[in-house]
Amino acid sequence: MYDKTVRRRRAVLGLLVVSSLILLTAYFREPAGGALHNVQRGILEVVSPIQEGASRALKPVRDLFGWVGDTVSAKGDLKNARTDRDQWRTQAIHNQSAAAENAKLRGLLELDKSPVDLSPYEPVTARVLVRSPTLWYARITISKGTSSGIRANMPVIATDGSGQDDRGLIGIVDSATGDAAVVRLVTDSSVAVPAKTADELATGVVKPSPGNPRDLIMDSVAKTDTVADNAVIVTQGTVSTRNDLPSLFPPDLPIGRVTRVTNAGTSEQLPHLRLFVDTRHVDYVQVLTKKVNDNR
Amino acid sequence: MPAVTPKLLLRIVLLGLGVVLLQVAAVSQIVIFGASADLTPLVVAGVGLLCGSLSGAVFGFGVGLFFDAALLQTMGLTSFVFILVGYGAGRLRELRDPQAVAVPMIVGALATAISTFGYGLMSFMLGNDTPVSFLLLRVILATIILNAIISLPVFALVRRWLGPVLPEDPRRRRRRRAYTTGGLSPLTRA
Repeated sequence: MYDKTVRRRRAVLGLLVVSSLILLTAYFREPAGGALHNVQRGILEVVSPIQEGASRALKPVRDLFGWVGDTVSAKGDLKNARTDRDQWRTQAIHNQSAAAENAKLRGLLELDKSPVDLSPYEPVTARVLVRSPTLWYARITISKGTSSGIRANMPVIATDGSGQDDRGLIGIVDSATGDAAVVRLVTDSSVAVPAKTADELATGVVKPSPGNPRDLIMDSVAKTDTVADNAVIVTQGTVSTRNDLPSLFPPDLPIGRVTRVTNAGTSEQLPHLRLFVDTRHVDYVQVLTKKVNDNR
Repeated sequence: MPAVTPKLLLRIVLLGLGVVLLQVAAVSQIVIFGASADLTPLVVAGVGLLCGSLSGAVFGFGVGLFFDAALLQTMGLTSFVFILVGYGAGRLRELRDPQAVAVPMIVGALATAISTFGYGLMSFMLGNDTPVSFLLLRVILATIILNAIISLPVFALVRRWLGPVLPEDPRRRRRRRAYTTGGLSPLTRA
């Protein structure tokens, strides 16, 4: 009995498989107008109205699932779009940062050439590592030190990349270690820079205004000297003929522009000036590591 | 193998026609996670599990033939694949008769995998330009997962549709009596 069942099962299975293979072979061998193709078309003709009816009847169900699928898909698209947006935003920020950095570095390059060629002073470019967080913003730390030839009391120039009048003297090296140095900015009360107007009609000493480090003044201007509004102030360089009294700053480094003069024409006249460089927005500086002709 | 009564035969034929029409007219047009569910291998496997290997194979052959005809596909291709699905599910029932809750899911996933990969392989062997790509594999995988998820309700519906006309299986009747009357466990037979 068992054998009979098994034999029958195997026979039917074999018959079905052979039928399938015969169908496949016949379907492949016959032309498009063959019997099997005609049967297929006949079945399609019978079934297609049923399919159409079923398709219409089930349209709300399809729409429901389609809506769910679209919603899920739209959520995925939204997520992708947000990811793309974040990537582009990051890229844009990088580009903006690079453009600003580029402007500052270009400014430094131009600073080497105008108004005087600074290449003889062997400028060393360094990145600003640390900014003093105080209101006075008096010191910065830069990324190069004695290993790059930087020593105390060397002048430091920079540009803030803001366009015209964006470059000039910003301070002096306070101390240096192997790979870092601290720069005292001209806004620090301990810094005083011998200066003159670019037209050389007046001389004085630039230092921060007492009680207001963001306002610089040009002190010790003689009564006979004439300082006009908007006059450009530059470093004076060494004046003394003595070799043991050289200035720390080379001549003609731009410092700032006169904004107003109080008590003009008197012995107490006091020009106020604005620095060319906004020291809060400096990313790169150059340290002039060599004196030329004792800064005369 | 349970004896096929006229009522059972009628229900099986109606089930085959209905599932192909439902698949072609509606289910194949519903896309979820980039893939559509395929009811046909699930129903073929369900019939195999309920009615046995021979009935499963015959049902698979019939459903495949109707499916190929309705979609103007190569006649005999789907039939061949579904014979394997129906027969395999039926043999599983005859040899093991698994009763675990997860059986429909596992059988459904296997049936879908055999039908999709088998159809692709047969098409490839017959020289059809079947595009083999990672996208296709992803869609096949999604279909298998989708079918595994819906296999429980599909198997339940098939059981509900065929159950009233299925003849009583003597083996199951014996097992049920043994458990409920405190008789010997089937394990002791060994």
